[in-house]
Amino acid sequence: MAASLEQSGVPTVAVHTQVFARLAKSAALANGMPRMRQAFVPQPVVDRTPDQLRTYIEGIDPISKRPFVQEVIEGLTKPLQQEDLKGVSFERSTPRLLKPDSEENLHRLFVENHWTDFLPITLPTEKRVAEMLKGTSHAPDKIVGQLRPTYFREFWELTVEKVAVNAVMAGARPEYLPVILALAASGITARSSSTTSFATISVINGPIRNELGMNSGIGVMGPYNHANAAIGRAYALLSQNLQGGSVPGETYMGSQGNWYAYSATFAEAEERSPWEPLHVQKGFEPTDSAASVFFGGWYTHAGYGPRATWQDKVRRCLSAAEHYSPPFLVLDPIAARGFVELGFDKKEKLIEWCAKNALLPAREYWDNQHIQTLIHPLAVAGVEPYATRLKAKPDELIEIFEAKQINIVVAGGETQGAWKMISGDLRATVSIDAWR
Amino acid sequence: MAERMKVHDPRGYPPKVTGKRLAPRLESLDGKTVFLVDCLFDNSDVFMDLMQRWFGQHLPSVKTRVIKPKETWADDTDMRKQIAANGSAAILGVGL
Repeated sequence: MAASLEQSGVPTVAVHTQVFARLAKSAALANGMPRMRQAFVPQPVVDRTPDQLRTYIEGIDPISKRPFVQEVIEGLTKPLQQEDLKGVSFERSTPRLLKPDSEENLHRLFVENHWTDFLPITLPTEKRVAEMLKGTSHAPDKIVGQLRPTYFREFWELTVEKVAVNAVMAGARPEYLPVILALAASGITARSSSTTSFATISVINGPIRNELGMNSGIGVMGPYNHANAAIGRAYALLSQNLQGGSVPGETYMGSQGNWYAYSATFAEAEERSPWEPLHVQKGFEPTDSAASVFFGGWYTHAGYGPRATWQDKVRRCLSAAEHYSPPFLVLDPIAARGFVELGFDKKEKLIEWCAKNALLPAREYWDNQHIQTLIHPLAVAGVEPYATRLKAKPDELIEIFEAKQINIVVAGGETQGAWKMISGDLRATVSIDAWR
Repeated sequence: MAERMKVHDPRGYPPKVTGKRLAPRLESLDGKTVFLVDCLFDNSDVFMDLMQRWFGQHLPSVKTRVIKPKETWADDTDMRKQIAANGSAAILGVGL
């Protein structure tokens, strides 16, 4: 926004908290305006009292070590120098191949450049990448799509070959490539730079699950299957490398990080589910293969049953769910069949029940940091259902999720009637067959 | 001597960066209108109110107006036009 204002002829100073200094600098460079005027205050601003914030304004900029207001005023009034006037234009090409080196040195280079997840990788030699490319009919130079770490960063472009390179690094097999390409083509990064530490969780549906021997049974969400593990890892590695990085402090700002970010992909147990598969709910045919990408991973609740008190338990989980990140439920087939016995003969009926029972007092809902930041402006602008929620009295119970935001997947080995409620906004369900 | 391997670069293709010049700076803020843009992050409204008070107390000749975009993260073109038409400078915060 600051760059746009400058382009409109308005001298502008952008104020950030100090932890964003490196990121602000690199974003300004990517905007072609590396000398954009910035001023910094201590972290955090959230939850600070007015008195505390006043000390920020009257205090020292923690980056420049000069008075904060002096930075701001000089940023608007100090005459520009020649370098300010021209901006910086440059090409940032990345080579197809790296300079040849020993295996040991190349492994060190990949780690030092933040191109790995710090677990051992398979080096993407020309031969291995060529072998990987046999997994798709698409040309190596075909553009798959584009990715970026977050809204205000620039998109980077990715080709079939670049996706294959990262698939090799993750230890994937050529036959997995259509699934990995589909995930890359979704346009959703598995390496969001959000301070809130989002991750993606991907669900695979259709015949390709069995063709690849994917796991939808015992240990479905754990490290017990090569295809599940390698596809999830490939999606993570390609996201960080093809979007321009996921480097802490620069292109990654997740305060606590997220375990799901290592690898989180699994198959739905369609054959053992009493309900319609996820991809069919989203408009695909049962014979199609598709990948669904959930963006979340903030929380995971767990339960068993459904037992006599299941409604109380599920209500508590729903109200405890972070309000900005809707839930998807992963039900073991035993638990799914238990809900069918209770009359939920379609996923939609259980989803509807969840939406009606995800209740919270209005004051608690609106006090949530993310709701306040991201939803409140929409409510004020009259966007529904947020505007109606905003009209509720403070102690009035309001529904915090819409049915269309909640999803159900059936997976598990039937060793236990377990279920999980996981933070995940379904951002896309994309064709895998298109990438065969 | 260890065998030298030839491997692919795993990075994607970044867009070309086109240089953009900064807007001319003001000789002084006296008598000028400075828009304080509340970027809608939690507590940034309080921060901008305090900035407005600071200007009122220390540089009363500067007129300040707090303004908010329609949505978080969005480049609100209507707001930008309003600032360009009615203001001389802008301070954005707190956040990116």
